[in-house]
Amino acid sequence: MTAVLRAEHLGRTLAGEVPVTLVEDINLDIERGEFVCIMGPSGSGKSSLLYLLGLLDVPTSGRVWLDGEDTSAYGETELANRRLEKLGFVFQFHFLLAEFSVLDNVALPMRRLGKHGDAAIRSRGMELLARLGVAEQSAKHPHQLSGGQRQRVAIARALANDPLVVLADEPTGNLDSVSSATVRQILHDLAHQMGKTVVAVTHDAAFASAADRRIGLVDGKINADWRPA
Amino acid sequence: MRIQLQVALTHLTGRTRQTFVSLTGVILGVAFFLAVSSLMRGSEKDFIKRLIDNSPHITVYDEYRLPRTQPAELRWAGGAIRISNVKPQTETRGIRGYREKLEFVESMPGLKVAPVLVGSAVLVFAGREESVTLSGVVPDKMKTVSTLEEKMIEGSIDALAANPNGIVVGTGLAQKFNLGLGRNVNVVAANGASRPMKVVGIFRTGNANYDETQTFTLLKRAQVMFDRPNRVNRLIIQLDDPYEARDAAQRIEAVAGYKSVSWIEASEDILSVLIVRNIIMYSVVSAILIVASFGIYNTLSTIVMEKTRDIAILKSIGFHARDVRLIFLLEGVIIGVVGSVFGLVLGAGLMKLLSTIEFRPPGITEKVQMPIWWGPEQFAIATAFALVSCILAAYLPARRAGRVHPVEILRGAA
Repeated sequence: MTAVLRAEHLGRTLAGEVPVTLVEDINLDIERGEFVCIMGPSGSGKSSLLYLLGLLDVPTSGRVWLDGEDTSAYGETELANRRLEKLGFVFQFHFLLAEFSVLDNVALPMRRLGKHGDAAIRSRGMELLARLGVAEQSAKHPHQLSGGQRQRVAIARALANDPLVVLADEPTGNLDSVSSATVRQILHDLAHQMGKTVVAVTHDAAFASAADRRIGLVDGKINADWRPA
Repeated sequence: MRIQLQVALTHLTGRTRQTFVSLTGVILGVAFFLAVSSLMRGSEKDFIKRLIDNSPHITVYDEYRLPRTQPAELRWAGGAIRISNVKPQTETRGIRGYREKLEFVESMPGLKVAPVLVGSAVLVFAGREESVTLSGVVPDKMKTVSTLEEKMIEGSIDALAANPNGIVVGTGLAQKFNLGLGRNVNVVAANGASRPMKVVGIFRTGNANYDETQTFTLLKRAQVMFDRPNRVNRLIIQLDDPYEARDAAQRIEAVAGYKSVSWIEASEDILSVLIVRNIIMYSVVSAILIVASFGIYNTLSTIVMEKTRDIAILKSIGFHARDVRLIFLLEGVIIGVVGSVFGLVLGAGLMKLLSTIEFRPPGITEKVQMPIWWGPEQFAIATAFALVSCILAAYLPARRAGRVHPVEILRGAA
């Protein structure tokens, strides 16, 4: 098994008076270093699938394999540990902690992991910010940054613990075209130069065009024929 | 732990006003808890001190707690023995061989003892009669076990040693008989023996009954008056630590055989009233802190609601539910610790202020000071109670924060 991320008959149904099926019978293999885009119309279950792949949500059927491990038996704590060590998230809204400086935001996952000392965490944080071109913003707070800068800080935070997979939920959904292009390039480079696996949900066709593979999702099922309108 | 602490501090410093209000609640709660409880405990100690000071710690009486065991019962212990119509031997009343018993008690560490012969007498002066309790004492020993010497307003107990016919009376009696130092009164004992005595001292304890009925003379004089040579009927014992009275009394009774009553045994009813009073006091002052803890609950609940998105982010990064709970518990602990520190300082200030207050209750001639007890125990109890109520107040919001499901929040925000 070489797939770094693998979905097996993955399904997620919200219980309730009228059960809602978010995704259904998803089978997917994503290789190391691959840049994959999940596309589809609104409400097709793209984000739900991303949350399942990112171990944020627990499937009601099927299973997710991460780095050769079956995660279906894991409890909340073990899933949290996998997220901390192997996964990085980037959301549509930057989701940085407002009271923390840019550098502190990037340091957060490293400090939680506790593998490095303060000095090492600082230098690695600065290195990541520099690689993403926002090093000079390190002492500022998120509200002092532009949208594109914030998203780059969020990517730096996602990379903090050197994850295997970066999961991005509409990373350019809130950005102007110039910033979108920058973020797209960064994610592309992550996959192709740094060997990270990147899985992004988007409905931005220009963004998707940079990906190695596009997966269409309609009504919670993979639809190979789906093309963006 | 450090990152959780940093997030907790950020939450608190980010909401200065609400944090300040919660903190004020704890500070005032701790301060009042401390001031009121130390005042109540102080008054309790003051009360017990009066109780202890004005009565002997242990009194050995010339009585037995149980009827004496008959020789036959000793000889055939457990045998079917029935002895009826036992009549105690007629003997001179008093503690038998009191000198040996006195020596034994004196050999025990940490106490002082004085022999006393107490009896009834009638004071006759200018045609008036008044029955009194006449105690024969050894002045040097009596001074070590009683505060009587401090209560003397005229003359002294020592004057008894100089004048074998001297008598010390209380102010109540002195006023009634219009007595002064150097006046002679006739003292008549129950057996009819009568002797003129000279007033050599007047005391005032503040207890009207005591001041009217208690009189003191030399032990030798009393033994002659009551016709009980070489006998005493009380051993009065004062301990360095009054709270050991119960144990010491048991030891003395075991050896001496005579009924030995500690002040604790004698005032059990009053002591149990004090305990009830403490329970009432602690529940009232705790209520202040409980109210304060609602303030903390309110603040932390608001923070949890406002920060659900941050909590979801932390969880998506890989923070455990445990970490998130810890963050909010830490916020409660921080408020508790900081509030306790300032509260203890403010409370100590209040105690200082209270202890300087002097007032004169109506009808009382002496000024009274607020009895504040500066025991470290009070500070510890106030702090512990504040911390526990802060942690309890933080627990519910913390649990709610720990249960935040990141996907629900992220989905809602997207």
